[in-house]
Parts: sequence; structure tokens; C-alpha cells
Amino acid sequence: MIAPTGVFPPKETPREGRRAASPLLWALGLAAVVPAAIPIGYLVWTVVRPGGFDAGGFSAERLLDLLAATALLAVTVTIATAVLGLATAWITTRTDLPGARIWSTLVTLPLVIPSYVGAMTMLAASGNNGMLSQLLGELGLPPLPVFQGFWAVWVALSLWNFSFVHLLIVPVLRRLDPALEEASRGLGASRWRTIRTIVIPQLRPALASSSLLVALYVISEFGAVSMLRYETFTRAIYTQFGGRLDPTPALFLAGLLVIGALVVVLIQQWARGKAALYSSRPARPVATVRLGRWGKLGAWGFLGALVTLALILPMATLMWWAVRGLMLGNSPLPVLSHAARSLSVSAVAAAVIVVAAIPVSILAVRFPGKRSRALESTAWLTYSLPHLAIGLGFLVLAVRIARPIYQTLLLLVIAYLAMFLPQAMASLESGLRRIGPHLEEVSRSLGVGGWTTLRRVTIPLIRRSALAGAALVFLSVMKELPATLLLRPTEFDTLAVRIWSATSELFYTQASFASLTLVAVSFLPLYLFVARDLHR
Amino acid sequence: MRRSLVILSILGAVLASCGDTADSGTTTSTSGSTSSSAAGESITTGAPTQDLIVYSGRNENFVTPVIEAFTGATGIEVSVRYGDGTSDLAATLLNEGETTDADVFWAQDPAWIGAIGDQGLLTDLPADILDLVPEPYQDADGRWVGVTARSRVLVYNSDLVTEDELPQSVSELVDPVWSGRLGIAPGNASFIAFVSAMELVDGPEATLEWLEGIASNDVQTYDGNGAIVDAVIAGDLDAGLVNHYYLLQRIADQGEVSALNHFFAPGDTGALVMATGVGVLAPSDNQEAANEFIRHLLSPQSQEHFAVNLFEYGLIEGAPTPEGQVALAGLAGPDINLSDLADHLDTSVELIAQAGLS
Repeated sequence: MIAPTGVFPPKETPREGRRAASPLLWALGLAAVVPAAIPIGYLVWTVVRPGGFDAGGFSAERLLDLLAATALLAVTVTIATAVLGLATAWITTRTDLPGARIWSTLVTLPLVIPSYVGAMTMLAASGNNGMLSQLLGELGLPPLPVFQGFWAVWVALSLWNFSFVHLLIVPVLRRLDPALEEASRGLGASRWRTIRTIVIPQLRPALASSSLLVALYVISEFGAVSMLRYETFTRAIYTQFGGRLDPTPALFLAGLLVIGALVVVLIQQWARGKAALYSSRPARPVATVRLGRWGKLGAWGFLGALVTLALILPMATLMWWAVRGLMLGNSPLPVLSHAARSLSVSAVAAAVIVVAAIPVSILAVRFPGKRSRALESTAWLTYSLPHLAIGLGFLVLAVRIARPIYQTLLLLVIAYLAMFLPQAMASLESGLRRIGPHLEEVSRSLGVGGWTTLRRVTIPLIRRSALAGAALVFLSVMKELPATLLLRPTEFDTLAVRIWSATSELFYTQASFASLTLVAVSFLPLYLFVARDLHR
Repeated sequence: MRRSLVILSILGAVLASCGDTADSGTTTSTSGSTSSSAAGESITTGAPTQDLIVYSGRNENFVTPVIEAFTGATGIEVSVRYGDGTSDLAATLLNEGETTDADVFWAQDPAWIGAIGDQGLLTDLPADILDLVPEPYQDADGRWVGVTARSRVLVYNSDLVTEDELPQSVSELVDPVWSGRLGIAPGNASFIAFVSAMELVDGPEATLEWLEGIASNDVQTYDGNGAIVDAVIAGDLDAGLVNHYYLLQRIADQGEVSALNHFFAPGDTGALVMATGVGVLAPSDNQEAANEFIRHLLSPQSQEHFAVNLFEYGLIEGAPTPEGQVALAGLAGPDINLSDLADHLDTSVELIAQAGLS
């Protein structure tokens, strides 16, 4: 069967108004987004009540400086991650590079490294006493300057976030119909022109989603930014939260940040385009580009350099600390109970969040309109908030109206749902946009009910996207710190909590044990989902 | 669909069992090998042993040995909730208010625990505890006591700063000779407490002027004291305003380094000596055990641990002075009452922001 494929003009599909979403679908979608609405509601309530309008002593000029610094970082990191992620996705899916699956897993793994751990290793490598400086010193070279400021943060956030793009682009590239590209080539277009006019437009929705993930993450980022000494808006918010009794100024600043994030979300909704781009499972595998000897060497060199910088260097630093600590007689065993907690809560959160994201994504993609866009945007706005603000919102609310679930895992998972729903949505939506509604329509026209269609047609078709989304959420929950610290059950210390308590006092040995465990524990699910499934 | 349900329920079971292992794991880690079996019994028999819940703004690594010793001596199990420093636990307590489960709040600085006390959340401590600690290092109203003391210092790299350059007062740091050479941690609780002390001594205008002075002197901002001390040791930074014990911990770990602590002149704001404080939550129904815990922190063994391993000053009579340091009696900060710092936290943070340092 050759399914219809191609670029449909926006008017024809998805035929707005022809079929309304069922109330149950709306109810499920709303329920999934309620947690994300809580921190936003808390912010709005704080700012509009009397005395809520309080910038905490910041001059307007200073706030603009901080906003500009944040915007500069968000834009430059987004561009760098898009370029890197597109390149890694294309090389590992569309070429005959040996070991493509392994490479694909390896370039996803940097997501495992919490930004504050990455920043710590960068600091340990550079400066007069840095490990790399000492190596250079052996060769008679001068020491490296301290990695700090804009360039250091830009490199760090690009290296540890480009995998978002890779993860979301790979499933799209796997599903592109070769017929379109062959037609383009057959009509005499060059390879580059084909990529530009045929491939890139089909990647646009996934690229827009992953770029939004990156841009909003950069806005909310605190750990690496503050360790590498770059002054952003979120860093200022943390200083206010940490320093004063009255949280109002911090929340007011967070409210300003949400307005900034709204602009970014609107840009994304424009950038992903109105055209619906559908392609069914291709009738045959996508043709791979044969790399010559130099092409392979180049691809290996590029991927190798990337993996070295983003993964091997920080891991080597951690291992060096770990070995030194082991020789001094420190035991890494206490970390195992932290690992069990991290693994279990992350796995549950990933499953819950992906399931919750399904109705929201279906509403957003199949029933576009003001209401579904509002639903989607709420989730995205919360994604841009500093996690401390989100955690505090849940803490305040739970203490007052939901005391029984306060400091329980249930509340923690609800907070993760508020924080990471967009990661699952981004993945599922790009999956849904690819398969198009016609298969579902066929199913329904054959008399199959909506829920059976969802279960037997839609979900199997977006399985890969769901797995990629689950992997993203899993990794993010593994690393999450500020909200976990505030909301976790007493003594439920995760690996991230352990890493932070060690890094904050610069206990490198303990930080290294916990960080290495974090990477090891994350590797298996990543390998199973990404390498084995994403590329099958 | 059914398969995913099965997977979900398996995950749920794993999670539940991890909750259990988490409990027994931490019990073992805080109470040593003997009590892990006791914890097992309490699960099976449902014995009504009530754990003491401690909210600790102090780092796990500093606290664990002391808590293990407490459980070993008294048989009272302790659950510890660690925060990212002291402020987020204080915020948690302020929100929990009367409904809090916490019995003890162990803070890293006097300002935040003072704020909790001012909200009426701390109960009065018994006289025998208050008598153990000298008056400057406890709450004027007897709601918290100091456990240890730490001094603000200027840490400097001895290759980059000459001795005759060393200032007698923090006010000298606005001198152009320090341009680009000084590091501070503007979001750090100890720095904020120091700014509050300056506000108490010199008033808000002079404090803002000083902050703006170091800001226009190209002061380098870091996210913590440890980062400043490491930069100074490496020679990436000349000097920084920190607490005294970071350098001593580094020396214990790395051996001699080319960095030294400089104490400001007696009475200068820069020589502020601060207590780490502990208090009992008023809503706690476990107050006797909580008081016992505080007595343990003020026992000679615990006080020696703080001096020997953390390089902080113990506060009870006869507590050892950290090796190579001036005795506590020889330190003299500004003439302020530590209980008054809490009222100035918010204005200090505001002044730091006004000066463009946060």
C-alpha cells in the first residue's frame, strides 16, 4: 500500500470543525495541564495582590541588561544546538556510517550530565590549577584561562543540550518518504537544493519544537550559569529567593520572565509553520547516503570530537576524582540507595508524563484552535520558569489545601508533570504531525470507535515518538534538583540531591561517585529506547 | 494497553519497594549497624518509636557523624531533611507554620533562624542549654543557641597580594588598588548577613555606597564561598570575602597552598563573627528529644568534631580552637546583636540588587 504523502496546504487539513474533539479528550487534556497552570496561577496571584508589584531593588536598566543577556544566550545556544543536532541526526540515520546506532546513543548521553556537574568539570579543567592546564604545562605551554563568562556558558549549554534536537529529529528523518527526495533529484535538483527545499521543510515542526525546548531551558537554567559566572535573569531570581524572607520580588521577576517566555512560545508557533506535513510509513527504507573514505573519517571526527567534549572529558574528570577517592578509602556504596530512588521516581514520572501528554498533543495537532493552543502554551510557559519558583508554588499550595500529599512522592510526580510535560508533548506532536489524520479517518470510517482508533491506530504509530519523549523526561527528572529539594519526602535523597550537596561544598569524590552512577543508570534505558528502537 | 498497565504496576511496585529501602538505607547510614535491625522490627511490630525530624541547613557531610553518634547514644532515630543551604528550609518552615512536622531547625547562620523565631515558630529553650553558650552567640530571647561560630575573613593569594596591601577595614576595598582583584558571593547567606551587619552599624545609605563602591571597582561575583577560595588558591583571583573555614578545609585536603586568611581589625564589620544556630520548633510534640539533640550538639565530643573536622569554633567552655587559629576570645566583630540581623535580610538583598551585584 502506498499511502498519500506530502505537503498539504493548510486549508485542506486538518479540516477544522469537521469533527469536534470528545469532551472526555478535553477533560483528559485539561487534567494534564492543570499542574502546569498551578505555578503560573500562583505567580499571577502573587503579583496582582496589593504589594505584589515589587522588583526587589533592581533598576529598570539592570533588568533590561539581564533580559538582554538571557536572550543572547537563549538565541545563540538554540542556533548551536540546532546545527549540532541536525548534523548528528542526519549522519546517524541517513548515511552508511558504521556504528551509527552506537553513535546515536552516545550523542544522546550528554543529556545525562547535569549542567552543574558539567560546569564543575569545566572549572576543574581550566585556570592556573586546571587539569588541562597542568597537562599543557607538562608540554611547556601556558595555562588555559578560566572557562567562565558568556563563551563558557554558551559552549556548556550547547554541548549538554544539542541532544534534545537529535532525539526529536531522528524519528522524523527515519520516516521521510524517499519518493519526494528522488523526485527532486530526478528533476535535476542538486543534493543541497533537495535538502533545503524538501528535507528541511519536513523537519520544520520537529526542529521548532526541539528549539523551543532548548530556548526555554536556557531561560530557566541556573546551575551552570551561576557556576560559570554569567549573569542572567534567572540567576537574579534565585538570588532573591535565596536571600530574603519575602518571596514577592522573586515571584514578580519570575512573572516578567513568563512574559518573555510567552514571546518565545509565540515565535515558535509561527516558526513551525501552518502547513501540515504528513508522511506515512515509507514503502521502503530511506536510501542511505554512501560516505566515501573521507566522508567516514570526517563523520567520525565530528562525532568523536562532539562526544569527547560533551561526554568523555567530563566523565574522565569525574573518574579521576572517583579513583582518587577510592584510593583514599571512600566507599561509593552509599550512592546505590540514591540510585534506586532516582531510577524509580524517574521511570514512574516518565511513564505518567508521556501518558498525560497524549491527549494534549492530540488536541493540539488534530484540533487546532484557540482553546487547544491555550492548553499547549500553558504547559510551555511553565517549562520556562525557574524550577525553584515551580517548587515553591506547589509547596505553598500543598501545605494549605493538600496537606496529606505534602512531602510525598505523589506531589513530586505532579510537580514533575508540570515541569516536563512539554518534553513529552514536543516529541508526541512531531510524531502526530507526521502520520496525518487519514489513517485515523479510515479507521473511523470503517466504524471503529474513537478510543479503539486511538489505541489501535494512533498510539502504535507514535510509539517511537512516545519512547523518545519518555527518554527526555526520564533524563530530566534524573537531573532535576531545586523542586526535588523542596518537595521530596524527608530523606528521599536522589542522586541529583546527593550530587548537589557534594558539589556545593566541593566534595569532588562524592560528587563523582554520584555523577558516574547517574550516567551509568541512565545509559541502559537510553540504549534500549534510543539505540535499539529509535533506529529500528 | 494491558501490557503498559502491567509495566506501570511493576514500576509502582519498584517505587514502593524503593521507598522501603530508602528508609532502611538511611536508617542504617544515620544510626550504624545495630539499629538497622531495630528499624526492621519497628516496621514489623509497629512499635511507636517516634523519629526526631531535623531540618538541616548544614551540609550532610558535616552533620552525619554527629547524628550517628546521637542515635548511638540515645537510641533516638533521626530523619534529616537537607536543604540547599538554609534559606529554602526557612521558606519551607515559614509556609508550613503550625502544621510543620519538623522538631529541630539547624541553620547555617543567625539571620534565618532569627527570622523563624520572630515568626513565633521556635519555642523557648531550657536554661541548662542556654547556659552552655556565651551570650553573644545566642538569641536575646532564648529561642535559639549557637552551635559553632565562624568569622568573616579576606582570603588572599600570597603571591598576588603583599602584606602591606592588606586592609584593616572592609571600607578600604573600594580603593582602586583593589580594582578587579576582589571576589564576593552576593547570593551567599553569610555575605548577606555581613551586609546586614554593615546596615546595623553604618546605616543603609553608607552600606549602599560601599556596595556601589566595590561594584564600580569591578568586583568579581561568584556563586559561593568555595568557588572564591578555589580561585584564590589557583591564583585566578587575588582575594575574596569569605568565611574563615573554607581555606582550612582545603589545606587539610590539599596540603599547604599559597593562600592565607586575613582577619580584619577588631571591631570592623568585616570581622563579623557569626553563629550557626539551632532551635526547637514550637509545634513539635517531641520537644524533650529535640532538647536532647541540642545538648548533644553542645557536648564536648560534637564540639570537638566541629573544630577538628570543620575548622569552626566550638562555643561551649573549653571547646578546642581550630588548629593554627586565633582563639575565639581573640576575635572581635562589630558591636551588634546577632538577633537583630533577621530584620535586615530583605533590605540587604535589596541593597545588593540596587548596587547591581545580583
